[in-house]
Amino acid sequence: MTREAILGAIRRGLRRGELPEDQKLGLRARMAAHPRHLIPARSRIPRREQVLLFVRNVEKEFGTVTRVAEAADVPGSVADYLAGQNLPTELAVAPHPELRDIPWSDRPLLRLREGRAEATDLVSVQHGYAGVAETGTLMLPAAPERPTTLNLLPDTEIVVLRTSRVVGAYEEAWDLLRSERRDAVTGGFMPRNVMLVTGPSRSADIESTLELGAHGPRRLHIVLVDDDQTALG
Amino acid sequence: MLATSPAFKENAAHALADAGLQKALNRTRPQSSGKRAAAVAALPEFERLRDIGRDIKNHTLANLDFYLETWADNVERAGGHVHWCGTPDDARAAVLKICQDAGARTVTKGKSMISEELGINEHLEKHGIAPIETDLGEYILQIRNEPPSHIIGPAFHLNREDWEESFRKVHTDLPVDRVFNERRDIMAEARTLLRAKFLAADVGITGANFLIAETGSSVIVTNEGNGDLTQTLPRVHVVLASIEKVVPTLEDATSLLRLLARSATGQDFSVYTTFSTGGKRPGDLDGPEEYHVVLIDGGRSAMIGTEFQDMLRCIRCAACMNHCPVYFSVGGHSYGWVYPGPMGSVLTPSLIGVEAAGHLPNASTFCGKCESVCPVKIPLPKMMRHWREREFERHLSPQSVRTNLKLWAWFARRPAVYRLATRAATKLLGLLGGKRGRFRSLPFAGGWTGGRDLPAPEGDTFFARYAKAQRAASRS
Repeated sequence: MTREAILGAIRRGLRRGELPEDQKLGLRARMAAHPRHLIPARSRIPRREQVLLFVRNVEKEFGTVTRVAEAADVPGSVADYLAGQNLPTELAVAPHPELRDIPWSDRPLLRLREGRAEATDLVSVQHGYAGVAETGTLMLPAAPERPTTLNLLPDTEIVVLRTSRVVGAYEEAWDLLRSERRDAVTGGFMPRNVMLVTGPSRSADIESTLELGAHGPRRLHIVLVDDDQTALG
Repeated sequence: MLATSPAFKENAAHALADAGLQKALNRTRPQSSGKRAAAVAALPEFERLRDIGRDIKNHTLANLDFYLETWADNVERAGGHVHWCGTPDDARAAVLKICQDAGARTVTKGKSMISEELGINEHLEKHGIAPIETDLGEYILQIRNEPPSHIIGPAFHLNREDWEESFRKVHTDLPVDRVFNERRDIMAEARTLLRAKFLAADVGITGANFLIAETGSSVIVTNEGNGDLTQTLPRVHVVLASIEKVVPTLEDATSLLRLLARSATGQDFSVYTTFSTGGKRPGDLDGPEEYHVVLIDGGRSAMIGTEFQDMLRCIRCAACMNHCPVYFSVGGHSYGWVYPGPMGSVLTPSLIGVEAAGHLPNASTFCGKCESVCPVKIPLPKMMRHWREREFERHLSPQSVRTNLKLWAWFARRPAVYRLATRAATKLLGLLGGKRGRFRSLPFAGGWTGGRDLPAPEGDTFFARYAKAQRAASRS
């Protein structure tokens, strides 16, 4: 059965032919406007509290968060985290300009390699595109400077995220993507892949009991850089 | 997948006597409803979101042809390929051809119920390609050659001993004296073994929770991350999706996602919710070169415009089975096909025929819990009733049932006789019940009393008591 046969069967069920052009226009307009539905009140709060809600929700889902005042504090924070968890100091780092601007050489023990993750990498450092306070979720769109494998292969993923990129609801994160990104292939805004990540990998498949570290990272750590004055206090 | 649905009654009897299964069911039952209740209580807007979810799906179904075409055009704009398949045969052939064109030897798979429907694994194996299930639950089932018993917790019917035994039997390269102290030791063994499979696979096959028309995306939702490894590492990504998965926009999908995890596992959001749109872009350092969607009708279009159309709203959260007294008595395998519980009792007859699955809609107490927790408000009990009617109309129900129903109908159409007869029967049974107030056995009621006592009526019929209460109310 081909495309036309399936569409024909659907139309027979709906007891009509192909939609007339004016109705198609209406549906296209709905997609172009992509109206939001109800957004839960929990994230409709001042900036400062939104960031706190984000942190609380990440921790609820077994992620960890360290807040630092500026990008220059990131290497120290990462080194302390790795030492505290007894983890190696070789890092697979996303080739993102914001991560390149971090003064990693302040901590000479950290050894960085830029690129995608390989099977042997134990710790990755990823660039956080946005954070969603509603459920403590990270938005990580694929891009040459934000490889997807960094979110998947290493045992530990560290995400560097600026507080100005923490939004309340998912819809606001989609709006960032809609307004900021142009795809070279489609002309639209969607990249090949957008991962919404909420905590480290887990499974409850064995006796309906939750265990962390199924196939993806066992640990998800977020270094939150306070670049948003309205979120402080 | 071969259906054993016609043997539902035998399957159920077997399940009730299976101590291991009953242990697993009793362990899981309180959690599955409790977790959802907690997540719902924490989101005051949940009830309104259910209406929104229902409306989004209804709007999409009313314009399904338009949204599918728009979605397909957008997949192709992103360099992806859509394979339109009417039947399971078409879909199996399409998947095999993609794998063969890719020169595939091994194929990793994320959990997909439509893949179970199609029997993709058997088909690939027959043609010399090794499919590897990577969801932890699906992996153990593949080892044990068992079907899933639940649509989101496919192996919850197994106990720890079963896992250990199967792993020892199959993972023969590992030391025989290794110890599984904790559940996490079992998981760690699977993680290590499957990591090598992820890296070696030529093709990755996933399902789809949603397709998005405006962007041409497919969405998967997992907690393990196996779906993401499956679709990121191999050179070719194949998505299996049925036609009712499409929604218009990201905002529509987002509203449904707010319902999905809460209804399914009681999480606010699953760990990985991933939107895929075409293959690798210029400059990307990872991701698949090719992106295919095998789009399957498989009996769905025939449900449109019928009394079963509402079933196409289903987002496969499993809340209905997680709250079903029948499901938690007999387990998922008793239903005999891919989809168990209330949603399976409605969907299975649509997809494999009422002749094979007509028993399933009868396996219901009509308590209505399933409908009350459904995130998109599917009227499941009503549709089970429709199937019962069809079964009756087509003379598929047993003669004894038909005779008794006809007898009941004769009385029901004659209210005066009905009341007289029920009053007499109530009195008689009340007397016979004596002091014990229940029967251990009763003629014509062996099906009931075989497993439990039948309580004897106490006092009057419902009609008589109702009339009495009305009179009392009007006097006061």
